[in-house]
Amino acid sequence: MKSKTASFLKKNKKQLLEAWMHNQLADSTLRDDLITNEELGKQSEELLDSLLKALGSGEFNADSDVFQPVVDIISELSITRARQGFSPRETSLFVMSLKRAFYSIMDKEFANDPALLYQEAVIINNLLDTLSIITMETFIKGREEVILRQTDEINEISTPVIRVWDGILALPIIGTLDSARTQIVMENLLQMIVETGSRIAILDISGVPTVDSLVAQHLIKTVSATRLMGAECIISGIRAEIAQTIVHLGIDLSNINTKASLASALKLAFNMLGVEVRRGEKKSII
Amino acid sequence: MMTLTKEKLTILREPDVIFFRNKAKEYAVKIGMSLVGQTKLITAASELVRNMLRYANGGEAILEIVVRNNIKGVRLTFADKGPGIKDVKQAMQDGFSTGKSLGLGLPGAKRLSNEFDLKSEVGKGTTVTIIRWKNGL
Ligand SMILES: Nc1ncnc2c1ncn2[C@@H]1O[C@H](COP(=O)(O)OP(=O)(O)OP(=O)(O)O)[C@@H](O)[C@H]1O
Ligand SMILES: [Mg+2]
Repeated sequence: MKSKTASFLKKNKKQLLEAWMHNQLADSTLRDDLITNEELGKQSEELLDSLLKALGSGEFNADSDVFQPVVDIISELSITRARQGFSPRETSLFVMSLKRAFYSIMDKEFANDPALLYQEAVIINNLLDTLSIITMETFIKGREEVILRQTDEINEISTPVIRVWDGILALPIIGTLDSARTQIVMENLLQMIVETGSRIAILDISGVPTVDSLVAQHLIKTVSATRLMGAECIISGIRAEIAQTIVHLGIDLSNINTKASLASALKLAFNMLGVEVRRGEKKSII
Repeated sequence: MMTLTKEKLTILREPDVIFFRNKAKEYAVKIGMSLVGQTKLITAASELVRNMLRYANGGEAILEIVVRNNIKGVRLTFADKGPGIKDVKQAMQDGFSTGKSLGLGLPGAKRLSNEFDLKSEVGKGTTVTIIRWKNGL
């Protein structure tokens, strides 16, 4: 399609950039704590340059190859903003406010030819809408990446293996024990058993909200793996309501050592290792 | 029986299980169900949502607060458009599983609920409905 827009926009690049910057800075939600005006100006000019270059080819379809550099810049920018904590509004405003800048310039240029103005406006509108959609899509993808990374981090930090006594390990499990978590728990536990030569591992499930058949199966698997390493497992922290539920569900934990509290599990562990803990004579401090 | 509150959730992915369970807990707390009752309801819900994800690639879960004879309860409905269950009697048996699992989900959910209903048609899908009453055993 032939369009006059490209050539005249190129002529007016300076005004365009000014109008666009003006629109962006006018928005009260702009995060000047996350981005300096100078940086914003640089990003804006870079995008505008590549956009004008693509428009110069006479192509107006954002999906075509000539727009690839433009799409790349927008994607990069949206992902970066998602990671930095910009809101969707701030991010989409970047492209949206360019639309308004285009309109204000075109309005003047085609003032005496409404039909042409309309025709050109539709072209620009479609193009920038597509770019807006790309902005939002990449922004959301960026946010999802952030969430996934956080989930991994939580999984890592929330499965510690604690050496409570010579030969005794404790694993407080907090949250849902899904397949991915079980894998991490199991790996950490088995590695620690080898490293410390421990003979007993206490899995404390006080922090697990629901024990359904899947969680139970994961617990049973962990116990079996521990036994294969020549160590024994005690499951502690089984709350009264969880105990009743496990029984109704029909899960058989009868060949696994279970205790209500971590303290009683520790007592059992001492017993199994032949360790005796006694209250000694109180030594005078002075 | 009358419905007081109703909410529908789409279950498509693993994280939806936790979200739905928390919703079910919210409903149980709202009608003043005991802690044991809540835990039983949530565990049954967990089994049924997981089945839906595992065998039917997801489906719809409906939460309701219902009243009958002046007693409140939570009704949960799990409807999927999956392959359906060929032999329901067999599927309801302890230890039967086509998924190399414990085979406790369906029979366990039934024991954990006060009322349990399963309708399934091969090639069409499966709908499971359970109720736990506020004062249910
Ligand atoms: N929504 C469903 N659609 C199709 N088949 C199902 C559905 N729910 C259960 N089934 C079938 O019924 C069988 C028994 O289900 P149940 O939940 O009791 O056991 P499981 O899922 O195999 O194991 P578990 O729940 O103990 O991990 C399943 O193996 C599966 O073949
Ligand atoms: Mg199941």
